[in-house]
Parts: sequence; C-alpha cells; structure tokens
Amino acid sequence: MRTRKSPYPYWFVLPAAVIFTVLFLAPTIASFWFSLTRWDLFTTQFIGLENYRQFFREPFLIQGLVNTIIYAVLTSGTKTVLGLLLAVLLTSGLWGQGLLRTVIFFPVLVSTIGVGITFSVLMHPTRGVINVALAAIGIHGPGWLTDPALALYSIVFVDLWKGIGLATVIYIAGLASISPDYYEAARIDGATRTQMFFRVTVPLVRPATVTVVTLSLIGGLRSFDLIWAMTRGGPGFSSDVLASVIYKQYQAGFYGLSTAGNVILFLLIGLIVLPLTAWFNRKEVDL
Amino acid sequence: MSRRQLYTGIAALAACGVIFVLPFIFIFITAAKTKQDAATLRFSWPVEWQLWQNFVEVVQTRNYMLLLAYFNSTIITVAAVTLLVLFGAMVGYVLQRRPSRWNTVIYGCVLAGLMIPPAIVPTIWVLQLLGLFKTLSGMVLIQVAYGLGFTVLLFRSFIATIPRDLDEAAIIDGAKPFQIFFRVILPLLKPVTVTVIVVQSIAIFNDFTNPLYYLPGRENVTVQLTLYNFQGQFQTQFNLLFMNILLVTIPPLIVFIFFNRQIVAGMTAGAVKG
Repeated sequence: MRTRKSPYPYWFVLPAAVIFTVLFLAPTIASFWFSLTRWDLFTTQFIGLENYRQFFREPFLIQGLVNTIIYAVLTSGTKTVLGLLLAVLLTSGLWGQGLLRTVIFFPVLVSTIGVGITFSVLMHPTRGVINVALAAIGIHGPGWLTDPALALYSIVFVDLWKGIGLATVIYIAGLASISPDYYEAARIDGATRTQMFFRVTVPLVRPATVTVVTLSLIGGLRSFDLIWAMTRGGPGFSSDVLASVIYKQYQAGFYGLSTAGNVILFLLIGLIVLPLTAWFNRKEVDL
Repeated sequence: MSRRQLYTGIAALAACGVIFVLPFIFIFITAAKTKQDAATLRFSWPVEWQLWQNFVEVVQTRNYMLLLAYFNSTIITVAAVTLLVLFGAMVGYVLQRRPSRWNTVIYGCVLAGLMIPPAIVPTIWVLQLLGLFKTLSGMVLIQVAYGLGFTVLLFRSFIATIPRDLDEAAIIDGAKPFQIFFRVILPLLKPVTVTVIVVQSIAIFNDFTNPLYYLPGRENVTVQLTLYNFQGQFQTQFNLLFMNILLVTIPPLIVFIFFNRQIVAGMTAGAVKG
C-alpha cells in the first residue's frame, strides 16, 4: 500500500491547467512571434519589427494608444474618488440607503451593449433626451458622440454610470472592516469630520483602494464593448482605443498587425499595473 | 435617524432616480411604443401601448433568431459555469492545501489570467488547429480559460476557512483523494459555489467581445450579438431594438433579484487579495 502519497494530488490541477495552457498561455506566448510576421492565418512571413514600426507611424493607431491611457486613467481615477465618497455617504445611516445601494449597483449587471445603445440614443445631438432636457433650461447641448473632441469623454461618462456601483460596493465592504474605535478615539481628540475622513478613513480603507484602482485600471485599459456599441471608435478615429484598433485590424485581415496591437496592450498593462501593484504592496509593509 | 439624514437620503434617492433609474424607464417605454412613436426618441408615455406586439415581432425576427441566441447563450453559460466550478474548486483546493514550489507557478498563472489581455488572433489560430473555432464547445472552453483566475482565487480563500482536521478524519477513515474532495470538501463549498455560479453566469451571459471573435456565424449567435445584429437592421425601428435590449436585460434582472447579496459578497470577496 502506498500510504505516503499526498491526499492532494496534482492531477486535480490537470484539467484546468490543460485548458488554461492551450487556450490562454500558448496563444499569449505565440502572439510575440506572430506579431513579428505578416500573417494570413495559414502562412507566416517574418518581417521583424515592421508591424510595430507601422503601428507607431500611423497617427490614428497612436491616437488609439493615447485614448486607451486617457480612458483608463479617467475611469479608474473617477471610480476611486467617487466610489469612496458614495460609499461613505451610503454607510452614514441615510434614509433609504439600502435601496440606494441596490439602485447604484444594478447597472453593473446589465448588458454593456444594451447600455451603450441606450445611451447613444439618449445622447443623440438634436432629438436625444439629454439635449432636449438641456434645451428646456436654455442650454444648447453639444453633439456628445458626434463631436470628435467630446466622443471619448461621453463614453467615459457612460462607463462611470455603469461601473461606479462595483467600486462603491468594494468600498462599502472596506469601510465595514474599519473598527469604530478609531473614529471614537479621533472624536475624543477633537478631530473634525474632514480630518477624520483624511486621517482615519482614507488610510484604513487602503486595501479596498488597491482593489478598486487595479480592477478599474485593467478594465479600462481593456475596454472594448462599450466603445464599440456607442461609436465604433468614431467619429473618425477620435474614440478608438487599443482594443477597438485590434478588432478593426483583425476585421481587415491584418492579423500580424492586430496581434502586435495585442502585444502593445499587454506591455501597456504590464508597464502600468505591475509598478503600481509593487508600490501599493511596499506601502502596505510600511504601515 | 436625524432629520438631516432623512433629507439627505431623500435628496440622494431623487438624484439616483434621475441618473440611474430613468434610463431603464426609457428602455421600457420605448420598447412599448409604435415604430413612429419610438422614432422621435422622446421621453414620453407611449401614445399606443404595443408591448406584446413588439415582443412577438422581435422574437419572430430573422426566423426566430432571438430564441436560437437564448438557446446558445444558455448552453454556453451552463456548460462553462459547471466546468469552472468543478475545475476551479479542484485547483483552489490543491493550491491552498499543498504548499510547494508549484504553488508559485499556479498562483502566477492565476494572476496572469486576471491581468493579461487574451491574444485574440493567435487564440483563433489555436482553436482552428483543434477544430473548435466557430463551435459552442470551443466557446465554452474559452470562457473557462478566461474565468479560471477569478474562480480559483475565490475558492482558494474560502477553502482556507475549512479546517484541515476534516481532511485528516477522512484520510483516517480510508478515503481516497477524490473521495475526500467530492464527498467532504465540495459539499462544504456551497456558499462560495453559489457566488461563483451567479457572478460567472452573469459575466458569461453578458459577454459580447469573446463570442464576437470566437463564435462568428449566424447559427452561432448569442444574445448580446443579437443587439449588434439588430442595430443595422432596425436603424429606424427603435421600438424593436429596445424591446430586444429589454429581453436581454431580464435574465440578469431575475438573477439580481434572487441573489443580490451573494453577487455583492462574491464581487468584493473576489476582489480582495487572498
């Protein structure tokens, strides 16, 4: 009898490992090679860094890269700040706060494409509900999605509308784990509400902040469906992001270039998220 | 409750009502309008209620495409979530119970799965090699591969709360590894399993991007893609488009009503570092 065998055998990991390796890891590693080729899915021709050179030569592709960063920073920054403020408000014993939490959270679960289509109708430049309402109080509303200078920011707004509930809920969970003793002590020391917020709440809710920032940053950098549903990257290329560029190049049959876009997105996420995580973790040790 | 809390509460509810509830009311009333009425895009009560008529018309469109989409989406969601629970729990179990150098590798893969954007075209290439491109089973496996990171994290942190004494008692009773897992551990994972089921089924049901890439073709349509298909066709038929949005929103709505707490618990637990 082989009683020495571990009761936690590695074959338990096997099914998941096979699926993950074949459908996720292998394509990811292969993407580095394919991004260096001219590729039609059947034959590859090695062309070195030509795809990357083309990527950084085309103004609209660079704009996609810049838009990705703007989009991710704006959405994650706003979700962090607004999420914390909303969470503080919704744990302060307001009348109807349970209902409020429910209402704010529901859009998180709804189809992103459905939300995108709905808001592109609401944001119609002349007949849309938003501009009709603005006109009623004497403001001439802009073309939210038709003005190239504005389209990306309008989508950012809708992303916030849809995603703020998740940030708020994570913060509510974080706030719940702060012991009331700290507030008690601060009150005895004569701290004002503002002081308590910045000196007690903000430092102690830190794990939640790390989560919200990381999650929303990665989500923002990879964002595709909302942008696709609302503008398809237009007008022109003004609201294109890396993920929509990758799709467009794929659709056009530029598989090598599309894959190079993927690698750039991969590197971008690595460059932004890894140092951030390291920094967050170091600060945590200091506490 | 102070008077101030009451007034702030009412003000906040009113603001949230305008910001978060009005768009949903807009979806509903537009879905109930006639074609001409809906085309004005106005936020007004329907001149003539056509909720049922629009419903029938959307369901019948393109030879009952929406029903096919519901069928496909349900198959993908149920199959992928079943595999995710089973395989994810097994990985989480070994990861938590058997510390070794392999753990670093496995944990690294979990984090990679959470962060790295999937390399799309190479994945299509792999799927083609395996003969799984444009098949429901291929789509199921993709959803499993992409959902594993989150699932394993959740299971791992939950299994840490189950005492090892239980495993040892089972070992003394002569249970084999798979008996310990399936008879002792898996039944105890019920709360976190419900969370995984709810969160992942909503994510997979609502997924648009992956079916767009990996499951092209009319016979493979999923519910989110019906919205995309309908957009061109009903450029002026906003009543039908919004009826379609309404129909696609109903399943998550039902899940939400039944599992509200579990979803929130799962989202936050999965988000907090293990």
